[in-house]
Amino acid sequence: MKASRKWAFLIPVVLLVIGVLLAGCGKELSGTVTVAGSTTVQPLAELLADDYMQKHSDVQVTIGGGGTSVGITSVNNGTVDIGSASRDLKSDEPQLVKHLLAKDGIAIIVKPGNPVSGLTKAQVRDIFGGVIKNWKDVGGPDHAINVVVRESGSGTRTAFEEMVMAKPEPAVAIVNTALEQNSNGGVKQVVGGDSYAIGFISFGYIDNTVKALSIDGVEATAVNAKSGTYPIVRPLYFLTKEAPTGLMKEFIDFCLSDEGQAVVVDEGYVSIS
Amino acid sequence: MPRISPRVTQRLALAGIWGTGLVTLLILAVIITYVLVKGVGDLDWSFLTTPPRGGTSGEGGISTVIVCTIYLIGLTMAISVPFGLGAAIYLSEYAPDNRMTRLIRYGTEVLAGVPSIVFGLFGFALFVTALSFRFSILSGSLTLACLLLPTMIRTSEEALRAVPRAHREAALALGATKWQTVWRVLLPAALPGIVTAIILSIGRAVGETACLFVTMGSTTAMPTSLFSGGRSLSMHLLYLVMDTNAIGKALATGVVLVITIITINAITNWLSQRFRARMTGGA
Amino acid sequence: MPQAGRLPSGLLESMKARYLIDRSSRGVLLICATVSVVILLAIAVFILQRSLPALGEIGLLDFLLGTKWDPNPVGDTPPSYGILVMIVGTVLVTLGALVIAIPLGVGCAVLLADIAPHRFRQILRPAVELLVGIPSVVYGLVGLVLIVPLVRQIGGPGLSLAAGIIVLAAMILPTVISISEDSIRAVPRIYREGALALGATSWQTMWRVVLPAARSGIAASIVLGMGRAVGEAMAMVLVIGMAKAMPNSLLDPARPMAPGIALETGYAGGIHLSALFAIGVVLFLFIVTINSIAIVVFKRGARA
Repeated sequence: MKASRKWAFLIPVVLLVIGVLLAGCGKELSGTVTVAGSTTVQPLAELLADDYMQKHSDVQVTIGGGGTSVGITSVNNGTVDIGSASRDLKSDEPQLVKHLLAKDGIAIIVKPGNPVSGLTKAQVRDIFGGVIKNWKDVGGPDHAINVVVRESGSGTRTAFEEMVMAKPEPAVAIVNTALEQNSNGGVKQVVGGDSYAIGFISFGYIDNTVKALSIDGVEATAVNAKSGTYPIVRPLYFLTKEAPTGLMKEFIDFCLSDEGQAVVVDEGYVSIS
Repeated sequence: MPRISPRVTQRLALAGIWGTGLVTLLILAVIITYVLVKGVGDLDWSFLTTPPRGGTSGEGGISTVIVCTIYLIGLTMAISVPFGLGAAIYLSEYAPDNRMTRLIRYGTEVLAGVPSIVFGLFGFALFVTALSFRFSILSGSLTLACLLLPTMIRTSEEALRAVPRAHREAALALGATKWQTVWRVLLPAALPGIVTAIILSIGRAVGETACLFVTMGSTTAMPTSLFSGGRSLSMHLLYLVMDTNAIGKALATGVVLVITIITINAITNWLSQRFRARMTGGA
Repeated sequence: MPQAGRLPSGLLESMKARYLIDRSSRGVLLICATVSVVILLAIAVFILQRSLPALGEIGLLDFLLGTKWDPNPVGDTPPSYGILVMIVGTVLVTLGALVIAIPLGVGCAVLLADIAPHRFRQILRPAVELLVGIPSVVYGLVGLVLIVPLVRQIGGPGLSLAAGIIVLAAMILPTVISISEDSIRAVPRIYREGALALGATSWQTMWRVVLPAARSGIAASIVLGMGRAVGEAMAMVLVIGMAKAMPNSLLDPARPMAPGIALETGYAGGIHLSALFAIGVVLFLFIVTINSIAIVVFKRGARA
């Protein structure tokens, strides 16, 4: 075997080995906490984790997404310590221990240039249900309304459907020409780019690329969500298999404490106290 | 019906073909220019060396993401290239050409079209849950390796089968063992096609997002071992585009991604040239 | 093996080594092949097994031909799991992308392999390989930011079948080009020289001699591109709209099967998740069908 050929093949192997060894030289940890689940909760959980890790540098908190269902399955079979959910548990799902992390309002958004600034709940229901099809019927320009929603099964969508579409009976289904996106960010992107679009997102995602409409005259603010005057609010949960212990408990306690809740409020969600 | 002279057909065909070349160049130019122009602004040393901050602000950089991506791709290729190439060689050179092998070939073609999210669910069930690897780079790499296997096998085998029979017969006539024929004659001859297979696979691996979310998690912490979770460049790009308004940073991530790919492609091409030179005596 | 005593020293050892390597290499390769086959089998079994509950409960015909897909209806309506809209979505977007990518791709491959001057090729070939490596997310992003607004100007919400087709065509183009080019270059020189010696123009040589000889490789590239097109999820989620209604025009949003699965996996459980696996099975069968057609169309008498 010629020396230089052997050499060429050894380099990547050596690099890989060195890399793996170096990787093992992490900091000394007293423990880890793993969280996975809802994409709505994920950004909030990441910030909480960052703050917690700054105070306790010997603990590693890793936050993952994957969706509420992945979170439920993972915490149920022990793959992660804490699951996160942006909706209530269904009856055919494993009954896990729920910890209310925060409350979250759902805002109806349009592009900032849209002349419409507020709607009644009935109008929202009719627009998303496909009954009102043109902006001119609610005070806007003469153009078709492009409805944007979340995917079927999303916590945000389920909450929206239950609070806006389901009552008064009979329930109205979201129109089947509605565009579907798989995250709050996605809905925000689409609505922010289309002058004739309307959609719904979590309060925590509102920024100046979209305009949140007032519903039945109530502005979409965290204060109004907390006081209950804003009509569309849903719970955000941390889930554990049994009563939490050790580091898990400490992290959850931190999130529910005043300090943690201050982060919650900062991000636009509603604190639980 | 008037016949068009071959010369005219020739001219038309040539014009058409140059046209396709220009269109392709245009597409490439549009993508690269857009990504570069908008992304370079946010690309600086601190971007590359600070970890990303959570939440929806998009602050921070991509240091942990780069490290995670390197581990992920390294491990994935270390698994899928040997297995895929080995299987391709076996199928093409050693296995008898019977129904079983035809079925296997067929199966690899079919599995190449299964969407990656399904592989993600498979990886979640097998590596993350059943084997208890949890959300980790290991689970992610193994899942990716499974994902790339069909493409790797299919394209490599096609390259090997394209080598004319004469090569094999000549080698055997000179007294080479089967393995020597494979290692010193066939692989060098099929190398361009195999390199294409590897480059295609790397491209697919680097671009995966959906199946990694459910096998590697999406944490932004610096990975401390192969059992840590992590987030790859593509996943982070998606997150920046969708959940934050930091389009500039998203494109900067894109630039890093493209540079990573260029580097890997260049290394692959260089390694293959060296291999070929050694095997064929510089021919 | 010859008598040990008469050979120069060292030769017997190296012959033994060579013999051992030859024997063991076969074993190693067999292991690789077996492991690969086992994994592929495991994946197939996994998908099939997870899809059965849904197929049992919904019924195959209702599943395939139903036009209503609503796994989590509001109120008391029972869920519907009809995927016809998604099947149509996949067919339309794949067909559209192929119609654009095949002529452009094979044409560009011919250009690179035979016609373009060396320096041109030196720039364009690495450029094509680069394009192959660019992840779907980037294509999706560029599509979202550049193509969707353009389509919106023409009509509709922008997120549409048209946007999906354009983005998908751009994605599979590099694959078609690179593999086709390899095949065209692999055609032995003799073929071209023979044709030219007989008085054919270079185009006639290409069209009637070289391309048919490279048929198998070109077909493989198209099949791979098609595989990628049918399986592409992330970029499609970003640009194609994913509405549940059947598209009536290129400007309407569509909902192909692969992004349909990816879109809902995060929050699906129970029968819904099983139904998503069932869509995966349909995708399987879809590819099988297309591949069979491709084999019949392209590979007739291709192997020399």
